[in-house]
Amino acid sequence: MAIARFWRETPRRYNLGGSRCLVCQSVYFPPRTVCPTCSTHRQSIGKMEPLQLSGDGEVVSYTVVHEAAIGFEMQVPYVLALVRTTEGPLLTGQVVNVVPDEMRVGLKVRATFRKLREEGPAGVIHYGYKFAPREEAEAGPRAGREAEPAPAHSPDVSRARA
Amino acid sequence: MQHSEAGIVSYGVYVPRYRITPAEIGQVWGVDGVAMGQGLNIERKSVPAPDEDTVTISTEALRVALARGRIDPQEIGALYVGSESHPYAVKPTATIVAHAVGATPSLTAADFEFACKAGTAAIQTCLGLVRSEMIRYGVAIGTDTSQGAPGDALEYSASAGGGALVIGRENVIASVNHTVSYTTDTPDFWRREGQRYPSHGGRFTGEPAYFRHVGECAKLMFKQAGTTTKDYAHAVFHQPNGKFPRRIGTQLGFTDDQLRYGMVTPRIGNTYSAAALIGLANVLDHAKPGERILVVGYGSGAGSDAFDLTVTDAAAQYDRSIGLPVQQYLDSGVELSYSVYAKFRGKIHMGEA
Repeated sequence: MAIARFWRETPRRYNLGGSRCLVCQSVYFPPRTVCPTCSTHRQSIGKMEPLQLSGDGEVVSYTVVHEAAIGFEMQVPYVLALVRTTEGPLLTGQVVNVVPDEMRVGLKVRATFRKLREEGPAGVIHYGYKFAPREEAEAGPRAGREAEPAPAHSPDVSRARA
Repeated sequence: MQHSEAGIVSYGVYVPRYRITPAEIGQVWGVDGVAMGQGLNIERKSVPAPDEDTVTISTEALRVALARGRIDPQEIGALYVGSESHPYAVKPTATIVAHAVGATPSLTAADFEFACKAGTAAIQTCLGLVRSEMIRYGVAIGTDTSQGAPGDALEYSASAGGGALVIGRENVIASVNHTVSYTTDTPDFWRREGQRYPSHGGRFTGEPAYFRHVGECAKLMFKQAGTTTKDYAHAVFHQPNGKFPRRIGTQLGFTDDQLRYGMVTPRIGNTYSAAALIGLANVLDHAKPGERILVVGYGSGAGSDAFDLTVTDAAAQYDRSIGLPVQQYLDSGVELSYSVYAKFRGKIHMGEA
């Protein structure tokens, strides 16, 4: 039942709820109950505290999706990125408010709250985090940057960087 | 910590980044869109991205408000979202927003609907709860992602945006001195259950609806507060277009200077439940301590809520550096073609899956 599965994940999807090991200070997202970094895992039992990530981070790699996953057809081409958060964990997420040509490794981003997908016209709507360029998140849309979302359909635009 | 009369403790605004012009809409329908835009005094309107709705816009606006006011979301005792475009017919927007800002579970939450004045109705409810000391902070949000039927006059104005106010008694930046309402049964604009687009009474939305309710409500306020137009540095009216608020403002005796900051619709379109709140937010971005503000919302169906506010000394220390000033939303944006706008707004029939 997708409703229960997704509902259980809302703390992390809505608010980037992770966890921190009080023994070695490692931060995890999604949250863990035992620290895999501590030399003796048992040390961390009962010492994992909830930690909400700030949502700030930097793009370490990205790809431009032209063949949409189900439910994302209206958004192609869209950007998926690996984001190194300020607290440490590496997150995968869509980057909005940006056209593919403006993407670059090292781009500062901030989490934003968006609709992730809906289970058909009568089903549940799922919400959660995506990322937006930080200057966009803080300074908002800038005038005259592009005419409209770029119809970047040329095959050479798709790229994934390690 | 400064305790005072109940009022606005913090505020936040969010407007989606996309825009479309009346000229672009008009060329699709064989209408002189430029003239239409000039008639409505609308230069462009905001358009939400496909992954934005009343829930996401409300959440973004409230997150800014909470961060600016350094407010612990667990101290929020009530959260109300006013909108006529709630994503669910049954299932509250307010619970999702409350969870997304970390306010759950110890609070009451509900969705309000009263056409374009559901947000101001939420402010009044929060004021009552705060003044009676049932809660510490109440959140009133007005957000919409409204649509007009393709080709209808509404399509040139119906836009998207949200405003969130935190109401409380501590560190108030604008105290609410008075609030009054004026309500009648006037069917000027409606949407029946299951209908995709709203219907309206055309010219009937003017004199017997907007102008009567906003005008009478403002006069009620003058009477209750013992004020005249000269007592207010700023006036904000609900703004279904850029023409109506200027006309009612002038009829009541306000000058262009008093109306200046409260007018946002010409640059972002009619954000419905958010319109008066975003206009107020723009005033609060510029207002100085001691200045008095009149706000009159309007919702079809029909009713008006008026507020008499005074900007406090605490406003001088209020941190506006978080989030965006309203002016930036008015100045910026990415313009869309009608075809991309139609795709974003779900106006293209995609066939059966």
